[in-house]
Amino acid sequence: MAVFPAVAQSEWTKIRSVRSTVWSLVSVFLITVALGLAISLVARNNPTDFTEGGRPFDATAISFIGVGFGRLAIVVFGVLAVGNEYSSGMIRVSLAAVPQRGTLLAAKTAVLGALALAASLVTVFVAFFVGQAALGGGLSTSLGAENVLRAVVGTALYLTLLCLLSAGVTVMVRHQILALAILVPFILLISPILTLVPVVKDWIKYFPDQTGGAITQVVPTDDLPYGPWTGLLICAAWTAAALLGGYLVLKRRDA
Amino acid sequence: MIELHHLTKRYGDKLAVDDLSFRIPEGVVTGFLGPNGAGKSTTMRMILDLDRPTSGEVTIGGRRYAGIQDPLRQIGALLEAKAVHPGRTAYDHLLWLAQSNRVPRARVDEVLDLVGLTAVARKRARGFSLGMGQRLGIASALLADPQTLMFDEPVNGLDPEGILWIRNLMKRLASEGRTVFVSSHLMSEMALTADHLVVIGRGRLLADLPMAEFIKRNSRSSVRLRTPHQEQLLDALHGAGLRAEPGPDGAWEVVDGDPVVLGDLAAAHGVTLHELSPQQASLEEAFMQMTADSVEYHMGAAAPAPPPVWGAGWNDRKPGKES
Repeated sequence: MAVFPAVAQSEWTKIRSVRSTVWSLVSVFLITVALGLAISLVARNNPTDFTEGGRPFDATAISFIGVGFGRLAIVVFGVLAVGNEYSSGMIRVSLAAVPQRGTLLAAKTAVLGALALAASLVTVFVAFFVGQAALGGGLSTSLGAENVLRAVVGTALYLTLLCLLSAGVTVMVRHQILALAILVPFILLISPILTLVPVVKDWIKYFPDQTGGAITQVVPTDDLPYGPWTGLLICAAWTAAALLGGYLVLKRRDA
Repeated sequence: MIELHHLTKRYGDKLAVDDLSFRIPEGVVTGFLGPNGAGKSTTMRMILDLDRPTSGEVTIGGRRYAGIQDPLRQIGALLEAKAVHPGRTAYDHLLWLAQSNRVPRARVDEVLDLVGLTAVARKRARGFSLGMGQRLGIASALLADPQTLMFDEPVNGLDPEGILWIRNLMKRLASEGRTVFVSSHLMSEMALTADHLVVIGRGRLLADLPMAEFIKRNSRSSVRLRTPHQEQLLDALHGAGLRAEPGPDGAWEVVDGDPVVLGDLAAAHGVTLHELSPQQASLEEAFMQMTADSVEYHMGAAAPAPPPVWGAGWNDRKPGKES
């Protein structure tokens, strides 16, 4: 049987040796931090614009404005890291080297998850501190404030889950463009639009982006039927389902 | 020892590989021959457990491929020329392969040197020519120093220099006592390298025999005679107890004939000869004949007739023209 650490090391080499995967991960950091910084600077000068409708001023949410777009980058990272095997026909070389398909997928998932988590943690903490510094003493919050540390760490976990969900979907459809065509609307477009439709509104709340997104908020914006950690668990269930689906496809289909 | 037991692969209603059983002899080069679409690549993918057989199985030393630990150390394969991520360097491609099967990193430089890619080792595969891609694929096959090597159409699309290089490589691998299983649709290519032949057509086994045996059976020699005096020639041949078969353009051919005897015979009977030439049937022809028969047989017997387009081919469907 294939030896897991060896396969994981080989998967790590695969990811770090291709520019597109490296850059998509770097862009998660750049987009999230830069947007958070820009909006924090805007908020510093116009704080009242961010308290419309009687909402309290949420300094964490302002420094995390970029996360919405960082999500897109980490989805792209998840899709590319797995999907480039299919676009180049390399999957047959990979499976000839590691014919134990479950081991291959597990190693891929482990490396991808560890990398996404590390990058997300760096990203959210930097985005948080940079954003708070830009907001200045009067408006900023600290990690010690209520729910803030949970939101910061939770955002990193949420991004990691989205990355693995994307990887699972890509293994299922075995095509990176197709995977992006499914994931981008599903995560970024459909739920914001469909929440406006009354009939499906209650269902949309259980989509991965909604459930996982709950933990990122210090001050809840929507009334959700679950708490932040339960939401993250539901998002994790989506991710597990996508990876299981990917495993079954990889296991059963001809390469 | 790689053994195929009643291997069958069906895609929808198309039978790609049909009850194929043979074993790949060890320590020699075995040519795996068949026309395009005969099922060679499908068979090779099933050997590596990439495609799942509909029925039957392949065993490698009695085990399934998926049951082998670090399989690259036993079988190295080249299936597609450019199954490499275009954005990855040749070195990194070989590095991840080496790591996955716990092959020492130093071996990467060794195989790069072996296939002559050291100079472009740090270049991304995107810029590689077909020949360089092929060399990189061969480097991956040789990476873990396996006893058995499998190449799918390795000379396809290569320039003469590349073809010569691959030919010499296969001979060298065999001289080291390795098992080489190489597919091709060209008999002429195999005649130069293979010791053993496995021929398939339409997914079925047509021949499994040593190369020497195939040559002996199929290298028919004859002498072609051309003359303006056909009647006299045939009488003379008949008188000498020789049988002539009609050849192209009014020529006659004497199978296993001796040109000296035939020339003397013609002279003795005063027959003017315009041509007296020894003929050697090529192995390519013998191979084409062998596979063409199988294709026709299956067309008639197994393949369902396509639904006729209205009015199409009405002239072919006259009575007595059924095939």
